[in-house]
Amino acid sequence: MSGRLEARGVTHMFGGLRAVDDWSIVLEPGELVGLIGPNGAGKSTVFNLITGVYRATRGSIRFDGVELVGRRSNRIAACGIARTFQGIRLFKDLTVLDNVRVAHYVKMRYSLMEALFRTGRYHGAEDRVVGHSRELLEAFGLAEYAAERASSLPYGQQRRLEIARALATEPRLLLLDEPAAGMNPNEVGRMMEFISWVRREYRLTVLLIEHQMRLVMGICERIQVLDFGATIAQGTPDEIRNNQRVLEAYLGPAEEGE
Amino acid sequence: MRAIQDLLGRRMPRRMFLLAIVAAGLALSWAIPHGNWVNKYIQMILVFIGINIILASSLNLVNGYMGEFSVGHAGFMAVGAYMSSVLTLKVFHLTGPSALFPVAILAGGLAAGLCGLLVAFPSFRTRGDYLAIVTLAFLMIVKSVIENIPYLEGASGLVGMKRLTTLPWVYFWMVLTLWTLRNFIYSTYGRGILAIREDELAADIMGVDTRRVKVLVFVVSSFFAGVAGGLYAHYLQFISPRSFDILKSTDIILMVYLGGIASLGGSILGATLYQVLMEVLRPGTFNQAFSWLPDPAFQWLSDRVFSHLDVWRMMILPLLLILVMLFRPRGIMGLRELPIFVPLRDIQERRKPGRGGEP
Repeated sequence: MSGRLEARGVTHMFGGLRAVDDWSIVLEPGELVGLIGPNGAGKSTVFNLITGVYRATRGSIRFDGVELVGRRSNRIAACGIARTFQGIRLFKDLTVLDNVRVAHYVKMRYSLMEALFRTGRYHGAEDRVVGHSRELLEAFGLAEYAAERASSLPYGQQRRLEIARALATEPRLLLLDEPAAGMNPNEVGRMMEFISWVRREYRLTVLLIEHQMRLVMGICERIQVLDFGATIAQGTPDEIRNNQRVLEAYLGPAEEGE
Repeated sequence: MRAIQDLLGRRMPRRMFLLAIVAAGLALSWAIPHGNWVNKYIQMILVFIGINIILASSLNLVNGYMGEFSVGHAGFMAVGAYMSSVLTLKVFHLTGPSALFPVAILAGGLAAGLCGLLVAFPSFRTRGDYLAIVTLAFLMIVKSVIENIPYLEGASGLVGMKRLTTLPWVYFWMVLTLWTLRNFIYSTYGRGILAIREDELAADIMGVDTRRVKVLVFVVSSFFAGVAGGLYAHYLQFISPRSFDILKSTDIILMVYLGGIASLGGSILGATLYQVLMEVLRPGTFNQAFSWLPDPAFQWLSDRVFSHLDVWRMMILPLLLILVMLFRPRGIMGLRELPIFVPLRDIQERRKPGRGGEP
């Protein structure tokens, strides 16, 4: 099982602002690690750096030995990294099924000419993709919506579909950006079970950003805390819970005479 | 009816049915001019409808399926028109029907496709309004380049091409266009196009090679614009840089958005509707249609209303477009497709009830 992510000294500047400062992490294959921190701490920027949306100003991000910095997003996806987005970014006007089908692009091995002349290879590949997409939708309880427009799904199902779409690329590392945002306690509970199941079922390394502490503390094996782009703590959920700097970052410094 | 539906739900009968329609169309396109089934005027309209369908469906690839806004389609058309005309006039010296005519049309398409490649590169970095301006700049460059090349007779334009464009040829190229676009759209590349329209960043992250897809889209789209330009030049037998100005682009844009974005059926509808309305909204047709009216009324209508139609039709169509945009923002058939264009696999997937949802 592979899926090892190793980032060393990653720094990203927006103009003069250090959005991410000397960030490092090692994710061993199969690990589930949480990334937390107050708003604006640079968590989503980290995801954008890993997936090639931004190019790190300094530092190195390696995935199973392959350097990701400088690669385009679609190549990084082909390396085996998939993600979801903080605000859901489905292909809204496409059907649920087609959302998942799109994500098979990197595995399609037929040329434009084969597509135009509808060769056997084209039909074979298309049949496989539809089959695989259907399997994913069924595993995610979305099969009955296959022909609906993605935008017509209820919020929770859209979250699930986004994860299903990410899995269609057959990743080894999954990045989840606030998967439980806007969910009530019941839904958060279900999302926790769901994430654990997905990770086991698809043998994934998972890095997740989340504000719902119950979820982070409940399922992550390790947690890293960012504040103003810098890593201020990392450790097990218990260690993080009692860390003074983390409490300060979230609640403000406990000064006397306040 | 039910039996026919069942029959068309299987691959081989469906393919036979499609082939039969295409063959029947080809026979018809040959028989109409040879048997003089309809008058020359109607034949001309049919030729223009065919050319318009090529233009509208190929522009739909960029503006509808991919969601960009190109106003440069007339520029690609001009490249194709000039390329093919130069070949038939000055290289092949064609004086009548010849096997070299399709070669010239193909060369026109390739030349336009090459220009499409050049426009594709800026599309990597810009989109939306800014890319629209890039295509506008391209259109202006094409126009001034042609105006300044003496070999192409500059602003006065090229004349003397033979009328090599016949109804069967137009039909042939139209079918080729629709066939290519349809097979392109319902492939992994085509789904990539739609993903770019919906959310380019997400498409990239899901592994879609958006640059490659964009290059393919611009090349294919401009190739067929060039083909249409060649057919147009060899029908009118006169082209000048002014034939391919921004107004020509807006006509095609009107057809696309009227018929419906991201729909080949829509483009066929839009192109046909446009041409038919342009012809119907003339004083002559109305004078004929209302000639049964008693004379004072007819005379009044004819003088006061119908005679102004030549001016008004230039406003009626854009007004129609505004109405469509208000009530059906994606066009008459926007995002919907004639079943005949949709591959069986996709039709079946749409009909299939959820297996997971059953108790």
